[in-house]
Amino acid sequence: MNHAMSANNTSDLHVVSDRLSRNAMRNISERVIEALLFAAAAVSVLTTIGIVYVLVSESVQFFQHVSIIDFLTDTQWTPLFDDAHFGIMVLISGTLVSSLVALIVAIPMGTIIAIYLSEFAGSKVREVAKPILELLGGIPTIVFGYFALLMVTPLLQKILPGLPGFSLLSAGLVMGIMIVPYIASLSEDAMRAVPMSLREGSYAMGSTRLYTAIHVVVPAAFSGLAASYILAISRAVGETMILAVAAGMQPNLTANPMEPAATITSFIVQVALGDLPHGSIGYQTIFAAGLTLIMITLMFNILGQWLRRRFRENY
Amino acid sequence: MQANILTTEQIRALIAKGKLKDAVFKAVGIFCLAIALLVIVLLVSDMVMKGSERFTVDFFMNFASRRATQAGILSAWVGSLLVMLVTALAAVPLGVAAGVYLEEYAKRNWITELIEINITNLAAVPSIVYGLLALGIFVYQFGFGQSILSAGLTLALLILPIIIVSTREAIRAIPAMIREGSMAVGATRWQTCRYHIIPYAMPGILTGVIIGLARAIGETAPIITIGALTFIAFLPPVPYTTGTDGVTAGMFDWVMSPFTVMPIQIFNWTSRPDPAFEVNAAAAGFVLMAMVLSMNAVAIYLRYKMRKNIKW
Repeated sequence: MNHAMSANNTSDLHVVSDRLSRNAMRNISERVIEALLFAAAAVSVLTTIGIVYVLVSESVQFFQHVSIIDFLTDTQWTPLFDDAHFGIMVLISGTLVSSLVALIVAIPMGTIIAIYLSEFAGSKVREVAKPILELLGGIPTIVFGYFALLMVTPLLQKILPGLPGFSLLSAGLVMGIMIVPYIASLSEDAMRAVPMSLREGSYAMGSTRLYTAIHVVVPAAFSGLAASYILAISRAVGETMILAVAAGMQPNLTANPMEPAATITSFIVQVALGDLPHGSIGYQTIFAAGLTLIMITLMFNILGQWLRRRFRENY
Repeated sequence: MQANILTTEQIRALIAKGKLKDAVFKAVGIFCLAIALLVIVLLVSDMVMKGSERFTVDFFMNFASRRATQAGILSAWVGSLLVMLVTALAAVPLGVAAGVYLEEYAKRNWITELIEINITNLAAVPSIVYGLLALGIFVYQFGFGQSILSAGLTLALLILPIIIVSTREAIRAIPAMIREGSMAVGATRWQTCRYHIIPYAMPGILTGVIIGLARAIGETAPIITIGALTFIAFLPPVPYTTGTDGVTAGMFDWVMSPFTVMPIQIFNWTSRPDPAFEVNAAAAGFVLMAMVLSMNAVAIYLRYKMRKNIKW
């Protein structure tokens, strides 16, 4: 009461207007801060736009020199020779073969580890095993490349005497080991999210742990498993250094993992190591190769989204 | 019914078979985990054994050289540290700000959704594509050239999703009552973030930052793509010193300097046919592994501590 009456007092009015102006200032700075934070969040969108812009604009120039049909159907890849051929199939074959080898190792191993950790292992084992997997996943790929070239290849040569010094097989195997942690940790998360009641129901019917894991938990977590496999494929297709070091870099249209071959990624590295002038056809080639790489991973991601939607289980 | 025909022995046999299968699977699971552990042990021990003769002060203080025994990693580890500095300075503020925005400010609308989908998808983009982005935008459009700045910004974009996701997870773990308490005493939204949300989320954010930087320091492909040189026999200019050419370096001249980093040095040595360089590659690989694994170990330890300590 008293307060309202004394508002007529000039000094009090001063205080009120002071407060109001401070409030206004505060509102403005709040707005500015919000705008700044939004700008930071928008950087991710800008990055995507940047990637698409760079790849597409350089590729458009590339395709003015090379027809898309040649690009997709030619069986030779010799972009830096006088008699230049641009058959991306050659690089795609290397990428697919090495990825396939990696997945043949990584999917069974990763899934078994995930099932073991989520259905069998006690919390003590899990507390030791998860950091080990995380460390394995944190090893730089160049170190894995060293491992593939200087340790795995000599070892494989003892078993398969005809194996050359560079091969898709040894690079793919090591790539598989590298991917295991990703599959294991994502799949384990998916399986742990399956409600306990489903397992209990299965146990109550007299099934063993393994039977429950395979016939109840895995089908229920299938969408999560599929997502982890898709991520693994993206990793394998986009992996660079292991292949650049251990698979050799000569273009080779092959389905045989025992041969050396270049992949999309190792080709980009090879070109970047040289000194190609900005704007030359060789420079544009790596962007066309990059666009192909993005298209392949995008295709698998769309497939993954579809799988996830198709097999999503709600509890 | 079928079950009625089974005798007790048959049922026992059935149970035993089931238990055997369980045991076999358990053994296979442990075997797979053992392979993972074995790979780490093999890698580290091989590098230590092969590279042990190079673990001298000279190895850390010498530049790359044509003679394997005199070659060192001075320009590589200095380059890696400087690139990490730029990466951290760019990625940490951006990532934390983006995380805070998405958790505390963003309204549920299509723009927010677009940003979220973007961040998920960027995490799955192959790292070499970031190299192509940087080659097109940073190196040529912005004219940064093949410098520490280009490399640092490229790796910052690469690890941004990691930092954003860990920031968001850390913020999400803070109960709503903290925000309500802060706003009830008249704090604005930013004051709530500045004095409560960000400090309390700090351990989680730090974990994400360390994991992100550990990933960045081992990245090779994007840095090769922007055209980092493999043979560098000088260090970036130290601020305010005069070089041999008589020019005094400014505060930020080092960011525009050509550079090399640890992974590129290893790649260079690994791909040489001369086996003498294998020794160098092993030694440098061990140094890089030690950096990355110790960073990861710190992050894992931090997370472990956090889970034990926090009780709201």
